[in-house]
Amino acid sequence: MTWELAANVVTGGLLIGLVYALMALGLSVIFGVTRIVNFAHGEMTVLAMFAAVILFRQFGLDPILMSPIVAAGLFALGYGLQRYLVAPFVTRPEHEQFILLLAVAFALTNGMLIVFGPEAQGILTDYSFDSYEIGPLIVDKTKAIAGLISLVVAALLLGFFRYSATGRAIRACADNLIGAGVVGLNVPYLYALTFAIGAATVGVAGCLLSIIMDATPVLGPELTLLAFIIVIVGGLGSMTGALLGGVLIGVSEALAGLLFTPSLKSMLSFGLLILVLVVRPQGLFGKSGAR
Amino acid sequence: MIASLARLPARVLLATALLGLALATAPLVVDGYILSVILIALYFAYVGQAWNIVMGYAGQLSLGHALYVGLGAYMAAALYIHAGIPPILGVFPAVAGAALAAAIIGALAFRFRIGGVYFALLTIAFAEFTRILFMHIDWLGATEGLFLPVENRTTNDLLNLRGSPTMFYYVLLSLVVASVALAYYLRESRLGFFLRAVREDEDAAEASGINIFRVKMIAVVLSGAMTSVGGVILAFYYNNLFPSDVFGMHRSIEIILAPIVGGLGTLFGPLIGAFALGILGEGLTAVLEASGTSTAGIKQLVYAAMLIVIIKFLPGGLWPSIARLIRLDRGGER
Repeated sequence: MTWELAANVVTGGLLIGLVYALMALGLSVIFGVTRIVNFAHGEMTVLAMFAAVILFRQFGLDPILMSPIVAAGLFALGYGLQRYLVAPFVTRPEHEQFILLLAVAFALTNGMLIVFGPEAQGILTDYSFDSYEIGPLIVDKTKAIAGLISLVVAALLLGFFRYSATGRAIRACADNLIGAGVVGLNVPYLYALTFAIGAATVGVAGCLLSIIMDATPVLGPELTLLAFIIVIVGGLGSMTGALLGGVLIGVSEALAGLLFTPSLKSMLSFGLLILVLVVRPQGLFGKSGAR
Repeated sequence: MIASLARLPARVLLATALLGLALATAPLVVDGYILSVILIALYFAYVGQAWNIVMGYAGQLSLGHALYVGLGAYMAAALYIHAGIPPILGVFPAVAGAALAAAIIGALAFRFRIGGVYFALLTIAFAEFTRILFMHIDWLGATEGLFLPVENRTTNDLLNLRGSPTMFYYVLLSLVVASVALAYYLRESRLGFFLRAVREDEDAAEASGINIFRVKMIAVVLSGAMTSVGGVILAFYYNNLFPSDVFGMHRSIEIILAPIVGGLGTLFGPLIGAFALGILGEGLTAVLEASGTSTAGIKQLVYAAMLIVIIKFLPGGLWPSIARLIRLDRGGER
């Protein structure tokens, strides 16, 4: 194995890791505020991927240009899901929430199976096979674009929560629910908005993934688990943790694929998940005691 | 136990006796297809009862019970294929292996106080880890699968679990009866009260002097061991094993459906749920066939919709309503 090969693999893993991170960020945002664990996260991502595929196939529209449209669609779906289905469950026992969202995930997977069929469907843009050469590095254009856009969207999201009035109001709900209600914040609205923002994030991530990998309904559970691994490793509820976790998982999976065999790479991620759950449940980058 | 049975009204005893008679004579009456449907329902009733111990009684949400099914199935099948050890003996190492896995998961989780969603994710992680691991073990067939030799099924060989569906039916029926009896004994026992105390409020249970670590460990290990027996039966009934199918997360979710639909933490919930789902599934298949649609996924979509409806409007499952209907609810949740 040459040094250049390793560097190329790490770069590829890093860029894909950024897209994974964006997807996981949506999960982290939703959990951080509403304390709802979105078991349908990967399925929503695949829905966005299929939306991108359909828009490309039917109308020849570029997935990256279409990502705001898909994100808007997912925003509406997320808002409706929280407002009409999940909201009554916020005060219910944890296992009832899990089962509700598992059922939503199950419904989405099979709904997509009926509508789109079981075949893997990909997108071939005119830049699909292009690559950039930077010194010894050869970077796929699709991965580079997807990674960079992920970073930009993640930064926008962080900025929104840090500086905008709505973002601050949502954080207030996360920090102190009763206090947020006392000062007159419309908590049900803000919860739905949070779920919608998380879903829109997934919408963008799905569009970006659609130019990197093929969409298929069975990808849903895999992506859900991947998002879970990333947020747990990074620290559930921590946004920067999710970003770092995504990059870490992306790079380590790429390296595992290089050093061992590609089929073993997710075993490494699950091993890491077990280790983090046991040794450091607040996540590698989370604050201690934030359990 | 006898005393509490005597407290039941006569009509309930009569209904139970009739149901028992119907189940015991079913293979003589129904055709092969219906028998296979009941057989699957019995399987889900059994593993559901096992899962109910850890979730329904102890309140620990395991989403990785496919791990125990798979370990039991693979262990017994591999011993049979590679060493000629009959499953009647192979079931012991299978149970021991699954119990050990459950003990490791439980010890890690409960020693480090992992609960709620973290526990659920830990169980998924172990099941998925094992799935990928088994995909790389050539001795167990890896991704190509492990196959049991299929012989002609004119005679029933109980020791080797080679025989007709009727034989598997009675084996599963016995397991279901045994699991209901065990669950009944468990819930009436001191340990059963400890388990429910842990479920309701862990801190309060600990403050009252219950060794919550020990109690949760017993629940997880017992549940894992029971589930693995279901896996052994499954392996010898279907004769083929694939890691991505046996250990898959969809399998773990299948296991939790029946107890949730029937009623979490109730004695008859898993049984009622398994049969309700079986009837619903068959009804759907019939309707779809009659209407000429055969798209993959419709049945699962309806399952999912029903699960949403049940968890929204009947979070306690079907059994509490049925119990109220036959006025069996005086002793609290049954």
